[in-house]
Amino acid sequence: MTSLVIAEHDHGTLKPATLNTVTAAMACGGDVHVLIAGQNAAGAAQAAAKIAGVAKVIHADGASLAEQLAENIAAQVLAIAKNYSHLLFPATAHGKNVAPRVAALLDVAQISDATKIVSADTFERPIYAGNAIAQVQSSDPIKVITVRTTGFDAAAASGGSAAVETVPAVADSGLSSFVGAEIVKLDRPELTAAKIIVSGGRAMGSSDKFNEVLTPLADKLGAALGASRAAVDAGYAPNDWQVGQTGKIVAPQLYIACGISGAIQHLAGMKDSKVIVAINKDSEAPIFSVADYGLEADLFTAVPELVKAL
Amino acid sequence: MKVLVPVKRVVDFNVKVRVKSDGTGVDIANVKMSMNPFDEIAVEEAVRLKEKGVVTEIIAVSCGVTQCQETLRTAMAIGADRAILVESTEELQPLAVAKLLKALIDKEQPGLVILGKQAIDDDCNQTGQMLAALSQLPQATFASKVVIDGGFASVTREIDGGLETIKLKLPAVVTTDLRLNEPRYVTLPNIMKAKKKPLETLKPADLGVDVAPRIKTLKVSEPPKRGAGVKVPDVATLVAKLKNEAKVI
Repeated sequence: MTSLVIAEHDHGTLKPATLNTVTAAMACGGDVHVLIAGQNAAGAAQAAAKIAGVAKVIHADGASLAEQLAENIAAQVLAIAKNYSHLLFPATAHGKNVAPRVAALLDVAQISDATKIVSADTFERPIYAGNAIAQVQSSDPIKVITVRTTGFDAAAASGGSAAVETVPAVADSGLSSFVGAEIVKLDRPELTAAKIIVSGGRAMGSSDKFNEVLTPLADKLGAALGASRAAVDAGYAPNDWQVGQTGKIVAPQLYIACGISGAIQHLAGMKDSKVIVAINKDSEAPIFSVADYGLEADLFTAVPELVKAL
Repeated sequence: MKVLVPVKRVVDFNVKVRVKSDGTGVDIANVKMSMNPFDEIAVEEAVRLKEKGVVTEIIAVSCGVTQCQETLRTAMAIGADRAILVESTEELQPLAVAKLLKALIDKEQPGLVILGKQAIDDDCNQTGQMLAALSQLPQATFASKVVIDGGFASVTREIDGGLETIKLKLPAVVTTDLRLNEPRYVTLPNIMKAKKKPLETLKPADLGVDVAPRIKTLKVSEPPKRGAGVKVPDVATLVAKLKNEAKVI
């Protein structure tokens, strides 16, 4: 029984979500291999070889894998899938894009967003925005799993010395092509990897206010910025800052919710945070029901005060 | 060009579901059911493409119990031209739904399939990708913009860290994200009109698909409850608590 982790990387380096996925793979039992599918991705392959607990790295390198298109990455995974009992992807935008393609072509079901590996064939996953936890058992010969990274600790990024095996890259499918990307370069930690998150809701009122009030606090704490769906829909914050059931699932050490009422869909994305602070004018706001520390105050005075006090 | 829009009937997003005391699932008896919000966005997008003259016919599809007819009527009230119900009382898992939809693609030959990225009940986020793979079609998941031009679709996708645009050869499968559009409100005249639109009912066996579940739910439980903490009177107390009690700053 061997598990394969499909790494998320930018060719040069590994994305942190890969480390949590390795931990989940180890819980499945047996050896853990990591697949690096990319272009000029020797850096990522070397980094994967150093992860503690990884027995082998499989490195496929070629132009067809440069843009991480779902059709090609899925084909690359399928080329070696039969050697494995478990295929694990981080439940990130990338992992969710590719994993179901692999599962369907293997004619197996997929377990999405696993939060716990109970045994080699039994897993826990949240359903209904995390309002219920289902324990599910798969009867398929190969288990295709996406891993909710907040459910697993990161494996140590060093200490391992796995061999790197090179395999040929698949041919391009010819079905899709990459046109361009707008990736916002931030000086802040990534939302899903941040230790502290400062998050704003509809009460921020405008994009200008959102930045003016929350950025100094995030700067002071070295925090990532997040937002509720209401704030994103209103255009106060970029789409990929959305925390919630259908956005990012986060579990930082400290989550500071400013002017967020706390719809169940938002709570689904952050209620596993270690410490939750809620700052809200409305004493009835549901966010207070999950907050460790609630401050009933106008955020436009409380947040600047907080910045000064830190 | 024909567009196929699969829609799912789910517990309304405003309902807070309760886990059954015997741990067999969640209680959905007498609970308000609606169209999965992401699928509503998919129907709206198809209708907008039709209004632009890109699309000629919109076919809404739902797989599930008889009551999915209501969901299909809603899709037709938004603007779908006709509907297909693949009726089954079995639990239909994403792989089974993808196989049913593939059979319908083979039959209807649509130029585009648009569906929600995820259903808000099982939160699987699988069906569109599985359908694309089984039908050997390109996919663009988590779409925030769709432009059809000639035999191609340019789709802007929401990814971690920002947006990316990819170009797909049609036919293709697109799954919707929240910011693709804001679905219109259905009007009473359109609800009346939708009642007269054709709705065909099929069984999975008619499509030659085995829908037996592959995943068994052993039990469903409540998530660990997070208790409310304390209210603090002012910022100074908050800072002190975070420093000394929680030790997170």
